[in-house]
Amino acid sequence: MNDDVKLGGLAWHLAVLSLTAIGGGVVLVAPDVHHYVSVQNHWLTDEQFAAMYALAQAAPGPNLLFVTLIGWMIKGWLGAVVVTLAAIVPSSCLVLALGTVINRHGGGEGRWAGALRDALAPLAAGMLAGAAWTFLNVAGAGWRGIVLALAAAAAAYATKLNPLWLIALGALAGAIGLV
Amino acid sequence: MRDARVGCWALFKVFSHMAMQGFGGVLPFAYRHLVERTQWLSAAEFGQLLSIAQLLPGPTICNLSVMVGQRYAGAAGGFSALAGLLLGPFFIVIALGAAYQGLAHHPLFVNAMRGMAAAASGLILATALKLAIGMLRSSAPKPAQGEGGIDVGRTLFWRRVVQVALLVAAFIGLGVAKVGLITVVATLVPIGFLLFAFVWRKP
Repeated sequence: MNDDVKLGGLAWHLAVLSLTAIGGGVVLVAPDVHHYVSVQNHWLTDEQFAAMYALAQAAPGPNLLFVTLIGWMIKGWLGAVVVTLAAIVPSSCLVLALGTVINRHGGGEGRWAGALRDALAPLAAGMLAGAAWTFLNVAGAGWRGIVLALAAAAAAYATKLNPLWLIALGALAGAIGLV
Repeated sequence: MRDARVGCWALFKVFSHMAMQGFGGVLPFAYRHLVERTQWLSAAEFGQLLSIAQLLPGPTICNLSVMVGQRYAGAAGGFSALAGLLLGPFFIVIALGAAYQGLAHHPLFVNAMRGMAAAASGLILATALKLAIGMLRSSAPKPAQGEGGIDVGRTLFWRRVVQVALLVAAFIGLGVAKVGLITVVATLVPIGFLLFAFVWRKP
């Protein structure tokens, strides 16, 4: 925990980012949050940051809870609550505002939505790969970490294995010194 | 379909149930609960809401929960579903965080976390791969057929070129050049949208 943390700044940053993360889910905020939390403000080490995402993956529930953990690490319970609310309340209010229209008229099938979806699909794929690359660098596992990540990606792509097993195998590989 | 029996408490319970089962992703469980068990949504409605949830900013599963909750019980329903989704997992991740802090100086644990983080980034990569391959399959050029075949083939070709270019630009922008999410989205979404809406529309 850290006494010079300005929680308001982090919350504002996350609120803006979460409204920008379209098409690929909340993972997309990771590179910016890492820059803010670890590079600019030194509230968490690279190692801690990477660990927070891995822990959230291992827990049940939405992956967005990795920001909850980051809030908790730097400012305790207050940090966890404020950061979580900042990440979900703005986008949820937008959904509520649009939802009235969507529930009444349907949506997502027209020409404009189609063009938007066409544009978001490649961007989401590219941005997700960029976020994965950021995490790999941050985790500091070197070339063997890259090999492990590629193996996990191949296994997750080719099989219907629950991702939890891959996380557990990763932990095992790390514990016995392979990574 | 609107079902008068679905209130805030029922929404909270169903969404917290699916969240607590959702190790490694909640979406498959959302389908099981909303379509198969409670039959609050038909498979087609689920697909439609999901595609809207993905188009909107914010976490997809949270957007979906807000839309489903709102459909049955208004704004209060939306927040009840969202609270159900997050409350249980919130305490679980914090318990994991506390365990992490307690063990953070143990070398074996530190090594295990490093392996876990590498595997977790591999999982993100797998999602990227699934999106990219699904996208390229759906835009695969088909043999020219009948009138306009060549034009259609040409459009599909250029759509693919733009898709790959956007993908690479997004990867470099966010992961390598680190220009930030806002810059990447604000630059590339309008470019892609304009090209796909006006120049190379889906044939």
